[in-house]
Amino acid sequence: MHELAIAQNIVEIVQESVPKAQIPAVRVVKMRVGKLAGVVPDSLEFCFSAIACGTKLQGAHLQIDQIPAAGRCKACANDFTMEEYAFSCPACGSVEIELVCGTELEVSEIELSEENVEAV
Amino acid sequence: MSVITIERKVLEKNDEIASRNRSLLELHGIFAINIVSSPGAGKTSLLERTLQELGNTLKIGVIEGDVSTDIDAQRVARYHAPVVQIITNGGCHLEAKLVQDALSKLALQETRLLIIENVGNLVCPANYDLGEAMKVVILSTTEGDDKPLKYPAMVRNASILIINKIDLIPYVSCDLNALRQNALRINPGLKIFELSCTTGAGIKEWCAWLKEKGSKRT
Repeated sequence: MHELAIAQNIVEIVQESVPKAQIPAVRVVKMRVGKLAGVVPDSLEFCFSAIACGTKLQGAHLQIDQIPAAGRCKACANDFTMEEYAFSCPACGSVEIELVCGTELEVSEIELSEENVEAV
Repeated sequence: MSVITIERKVLEKNDEIASRNRSLLELHGIFAINIVSSPGAGKTSLLERTLQELGNTLKIGVIEGDVSTDIDAQRVARYHAPVVQIITNGGCHLEAKLVQDALSKLALQETRLLIIENVGNLVCPANYDLGEAMKVVILSTTEGDDKPLKYPAMVRNASILIINKIDLIPYVSCDLNALRQNALRINPGLKIFELSCTTGAGIKEWCAWLKEKGSKRT
């Protein structure tokens, strides 16, 4: 449900990162979202489009790259991909796990078309 | 087509303000906890029990987060603790900025312990650092023993698990041992308290721990 608040944060980041005249040219906002980030990608895309609608960002869409969760066992140093939230090492069973990735929630790139740039 | 590479965390602004909140709280020697749970698990009841038990020995400030109404702030005010109510008007979680504003309304130099009661929700508040020393998650026996597995992010991000409503165990389908094990599978470092805000069982242990934390920094 907090996808709407997160989509609002994304819009602000885009507005701060792209020169004002080029905002209408934004086509794609690329994101990295970890499996454990607590965000539903479909819902986030929907919220972003809803907020962008009727603004200079209308037509821009989110492209979400989902990052799998990966852990490293502190006991046996085994690296593994985590299925769901199974915080135990598949090799030795230890629960002392360091989370290596999977909680990302980042804007990575913004793609702009050559069109729709406003005259300054 | 041109590309701008930016690499920015979406919640960076929240995290920056949370860091400022944390520095401010540390500066004043205040131990702050962020209590999270589903609606009805017993956040406000635990707060009332805690104020009853510790209110005379420890200066406790309270920040209440709710979607609507100041019912909780009224409940807490009966115990003569300074309380600031945040009404989110539909927002499903507290953010660091809301807590920053609330902190400006509390007499921090007199406060030793700050209890932030988040909006009742086991999903969204997990993502938002408020500047607290630790998150305390409450799960109640009426919710069943599988909840840690269903809401792992919250359990993973918390330092303390409180299992509330243990007086109802004979009447509900909840295996306390399974609940503990499920929680520890997600977060082996969790410290667990088991209590009942209705009967008062286990409240003394929880308050003794909290008192120690709140007193250490004075």
